Amino acid sequence: MSTLADILTHEHRRCDDLFAQAESAVANGDLETARRDFGEFERSMNRHFDFEEQVLFPAIETAMGPGMGPVQVMRLEHDQMRALFCDMALALAAGDKQRYLGLSETLLILMQQHNMKEEHILYRLAGELLGDREQELLTRLGGQ
Amino acid sequence: MSATGLQLDQAPPLSVPLRFFLTAPLFGVLAAVLLFWHGPTGLASRWTPTMLAFTHLLTLGFLTSAMLGALLQMLPVLAGAPVARPRLVSGVVHGLLTTGTLALVTGFLAPGTGAFPVALLLLGPGLALFVGVALECLWRAPIGDSTARTMGIALVGLAITVALGIGLGVGARTGAQSSWTGVHIGWGLLGWVAMLIGGVAWQVVPMFQLTPPYPAWLRRAYAPVLFFTLLGLSAALLLAPGRLAEKFFGAAIAAALALFAGITLLRQRQRRRRLPDVTLAFWRLAMTSLLAAVLLWLAGAAEIVRGERLAFLYGVLFLLGFAASAVHGMLYKIVPFLLWLHLQRKNIRGTLPNMKELLPDRRTRPHLWVHVAAIAAAVLACLVPAPFTYLAAALLLLSFGWLEWNLLAAVRRYRRLIRAHAHVA
Ligand code: HEM
Repeated sequence: MSTLADILTHEHRRCDDLFAQAESAVANGDLETARRDFGEFERSMNRHFDFEEQVLFPAIETAMGPGMGPVQVMRLEHDQMRALFCDMALALAAGDKQRYLGLSETLLILMQQHNMKEEHILYRLAGELLGDREQELLTRLGGQ
Repeated sequence: MSATGLQLDQAPPLSVPLRFFLTAPLFGVLAAVLLFWHGPTGLASRWTPTMLAFTHLLTLGFLTSAMLGALLQMLPVLAGAPVARPRLVSGVVHGLLTTGTLALVTGFLAPGTGAFPVALLLLGPGLALFVGVALECLWRAPIGDSTARTMGIALVGLAITVALGIGLGVGARTGAQSSWTGVHIGWGLLGWVAMLIGGVAWQVVPMFQLTPPYPAWLRRAYAPVLFFTLLGLSAALLLAPGRLAEKFFGAAIAAALALFAGITLLRQRQRRRRLPDVTLAFWRLAMTSLLAAVLLWLAGAAEIVRGERLAFLYGVLFLLGFAASAVHGMLYKIVPFLLWLHLQRKNIRGTLPNMKELLPDRRTRPHLWVHVAAIAAAVLACLVPAPFTYLAAALLLLSFGWLEWNLLAAVRRYRRLIRAHAHVA
């Protein structure tokens, strides 16, 4: 049976794929495909963020007591990534390839070190803290 | 795993890793100047004062500095355990490491000036402090994955290297190299440098290029295998020098390094991100050089190739080709990312530059070729010092100077933005 950590980690990998697709379309100058791929990437990321921010993080905070740092930093990094999505969309709309590639390089590093912290630390922590509630969260994730 | 003490800080203060990154290339510049100054006679044997000074400018001044900076940056992210009092630790360790390296080099070049004991008093406590703080931080870490474990073992390797180096320095240096020298070199190059680069690679190779992860067996086995074969090799060097045991452990280490380099190159071929990338190029160069060093060493050990200058070649391929290239690749990603990250925190309104605007490709791409040329010239200088030493020195000067210049240009851009904002606010 897949755990919450497995599923969320898998989502990261899928988003990575979409990221790479959009980026190589831009690099090849195929802006039509790039806009479609980037759109799909952004939607997938936002869906993933929404689940974490609305379901997973509050559950962790409830279990750990409020005011805990780790979740706060994860939220901050989500916001930083959303700001980059915005800039990337603008660059795509303007057809500014160079700017998009500079932004996507930045997003990649931010996203990867964020994922690393989630996969290595936060998801495992969640698995231990949530216990029986994990099943309930899994259902909500499936229902999204 | 416990939640208490768990912190997912984004990054330590900028100055904590940056001071290491900004002074590291200067030691490479010094190494090149030294080579220029002493000329081909400095390469007469491995044990000339010039060679010993040159080696430590690279190993301690450039590589160890950059690696400590990278560890200070990565530990909080990897292990969820920030280093305690980062500013203080970074300032003290950096001060002791840089002055200590300069004193050590002076000690090699001008014996009898009293610089040597000063060097030991600066380097010993400085590096001991760092190893202590970093190991304590890994110990506290709620998570121990393969990277954290490999880093921990590498730190032990550094401690052993430094202890042996101090032992060699305190002991009367008669000019005759004892087996302890071999043990010191083994732990320095393999137990510290190759070990740490391995641990870093498990994280950054998949992360920067979106490659499949390294096989779990390699990530798990690399550090302990390297560590225990190094112990075996040390025992063989000290107790039964020149016997088969030495070759046996040597071959085991060669196999571990070749697997690491080979699998890294394969993983890079499987990357999902297919854009040209300067870090990727530097890392491919690093892994190809490591493979070349290992193959050459095996050929030397099997006496297929002979020559007293072979050891120089292993050294150049390993230090400049492998380790220095990997560090260049890391710096060209880490530094612009950190600057970008810290700009985000300044709440500056308006469009901020992204990583490539802070450090554009047109600055880093040509550097790759200068660095390749410097390695090639250094290889030639190993074989035929007379005509090539000056060329190698000039290209090394250009290459390390270029690195420093590029990093400074990015930092200047960062500072200008902050100053401009301060005027507005
Ligand atoms: C406190 C730090 C260190 C001290 C005091 C020190 C001291 C020494 C001394 C005295 C020698 C000469 C041995 C002899 O002539 O028999 C030597 C050689 C050597 N050390 Fe270190 N060392 C230190 C750190 C390192 C580190 C961190 C590395 C590598 C990462 C390293 C790599 C080497 C190498 C490769 C040689 C041989 C040089 C050659 O072949 O020309 N050392 N060291």
